[in-house]
Amino acid sequence: MTSFLEGLFANTFWSAAIKVVAAFALLVANTLILVWFERRVVAFMQNRIGPNRAGPFGILQTLADGLKLFFKEQITPRKVELGIYLMAPMAAMVPAFLIFLVIPFGAPITIGETTVTLQGTDLNVGLLFILAMSSLAVYSIVLAGWSSGSKYPLLGGVRATAQMISYEAAMGLAIVPVVVLAAVTLGEGGVGAMSLARIVELQQGSFRWLIPGWFVFWLLPSFLIFFVSAVAETNRAPFDLVEAESEIVGGYHTEYSGIRFALFFLAEYVNMFNVSAIAVTLFLGGWLGPDLGLPSGLAWVMPIFWFFLKTYALLFVFVWLRATLPRLRYDQLMSFGWKVMIPLSIGWLVLFSVVMALNTFGWPFDVPEWFPWA
Amino acid sequence: MTRYFHDYITVAVFAGVGILLVGVALGMSAMLRPKNPSATKRQTYECGIDPVGTGFSQTHVRYYIFALLFLIFDVEAVFIFPWAIQLESLGAFALVEMVIFLVILLAGLVYAIRKGVLRWES
Repeated sequence: MTSFLEGLFANTFWSAAIKVVAAFALLVANTLILVWFERRVVAFMQNRIGPNRAGPFGILQTLADGLKLFFKEQITPRKVELGIYLMAPMAAMVPAFLIFLVIPFGAPITIGETTVTLQGTDLNVGLLFILAMSSLAVYSIVLAGWSSGSKYPLLGGVRATAQMISYEAAMGLAIVPVVVLAAVTLGEGGVGAMSLARIVELQQGSFRWLIPGWFVFWLLPSFLIFFVSAVAETNRAPFDLVEAESEIVGGYHTEYSGIRFALFFLAEYVNMFNVSAIAVTLFLGGWLGPDLGLPSGLAWVMPIFWFFLKTYALLFVFVWLRATLPRLRYDQLMSFGWKVMIPLSIGWLVLFSVVMALNTFGWPFDVPEWFPWA
Repeated sequence: MTRYFHDYITVAVFAGVGILLVGVALGMSAMLRPKNPSATKRQTYECGIDPVGTGFSQTHVRYYIFALLFLIFDVEAVFIFPWAIQLESLGAFALVEMVIFLVILLAGLVYAIRKGVLRWES
C-alpha cells in the first residue's frame, strides 16, 4: 500500500492530478459545512435554534438547499446581455478556487522517500498570485451587475467596484510588511519571501518565552488592517452594501436565480474561507502547532487540525461581526477606507521598514532587550 | 526551471477543472430543470410594478474618480513589492527613496480628499 502511494506521488502527473481533485473535494465539502456553521452560529447568537433537521445537527441543510436550487427554473429577463450574464457566475467561482491552490493546509508528509506537500502548488510568487486572483473577483460582480440590464444590479455592481478596489489597496499595503519581515529573516537576498510555504516555515520557533513565533506578534497592526479589509473585500457585514436588501434588493444578483445564484453564493463563502486561510497563513503560523504526542502514523493529522481550527476561529469572527454590527452608510464606508485604512497602512509600513532597516544596519543607540524587533 | 513550469501548469489545470466543474453544474441543471418562460416572468425586476425607463442608467462620476485613485495605489504596488524583498541589499538609500515616494502618494491622497472626493452631500 505504502509503496503504491509512494509511486503515485513520485510521479509528477499523478501527484498533481490527486492534488487537484483533493483540493476541489476539500473546498466543496468545506463550503457546505461553512454555510451550515454560519447559520447555526448566527441562530444561537439570536437565541434561535437554526437548521437542525437535515442530517445530524442539520449539517446536510446546505446540500438540501443546493439540490433545490439545482432543480429550480431559471428566469432569464429579456433585457440581459446574455453572454456576459451567463459567464459572470463562472467568473465568480474560478478565481475563488484558484486562491485556495497556493495555501498550505498541512505539514509536508513523507511517504517512503517521497515528500508530499499539502498544498496545491507552491508558487514562488504566491502572495502576488493571491492579490491578482482577488482582483479578478471584482469582475464577476461588476459584469453581473451591468449585464442584468436592471437598475438595482447596476447600482450594486458599481458600488461593489468602488468598495472592493478601495479596500484592495489597503489589503495590498498590509501584506508588504509581511514580505519585508520574511525577506529579512530569510536573508539570501529574500528569495522565496513570497512563497506561502516558506512564510509558514519562518514562523516556527518562539517569539518570547512560550509565545510562538507567529508574525502577528511582530505585525499586529498589519493583521488588523488585513482582517478589516478582508471583511470589506468579501462584501460581508458590516460592509455588505453591495447586497444591501433594504436599499437595492439583492444587489448584483437580483436577476439571478437557481443554480446561477447558488454559484455566486458559494463563491462568497469560498472567498470568506480563503481570506481567513490567508490571514492564518501569513500571521497566525499556518498549520504550525503542538503535535500533542500522537503516534507517528497519525502525526500528519495535527497540522491539518491546527490549520482548520485557526481558520474556523477567524470565520467565527466573520459570523460574529455579521450578528452584531449594523450596516455602514456608503459615504462612511468610503471615507473609512480612504481616510483611515490606507493612511494607517502606509504609516505602519514606513515605521516598520525603518525599524527593520535600523535593525540590519545598526541602531544609533542601545536597544532595550524587551524590544520585539531587536 | 521544469519545477517552475510544473507549478504554473498545475495552476492552469486547476483553472481548467474549475471551469469544467462549473460548466457541468450549469449544463446538468439546464437539462434537469423545468423551463416555462412567459412574458411577465421575463420582465426586469422592479419590486412588482412594470419597469420604468431603461436599466442602463447613468452613474455618478464620483465612482470614476475612485477608480483613478485606485490605479495610482495599485501601480505603486509594482514598485513596493520588489523593494520590500530587497530591503536588506538595497540599503538606506532605497529606504529613503521609498519613504519620499510614499509621502508624495499620501500628499496626493490628502489633496484628493481636500478637493472633496469623499463628500457625498451635494
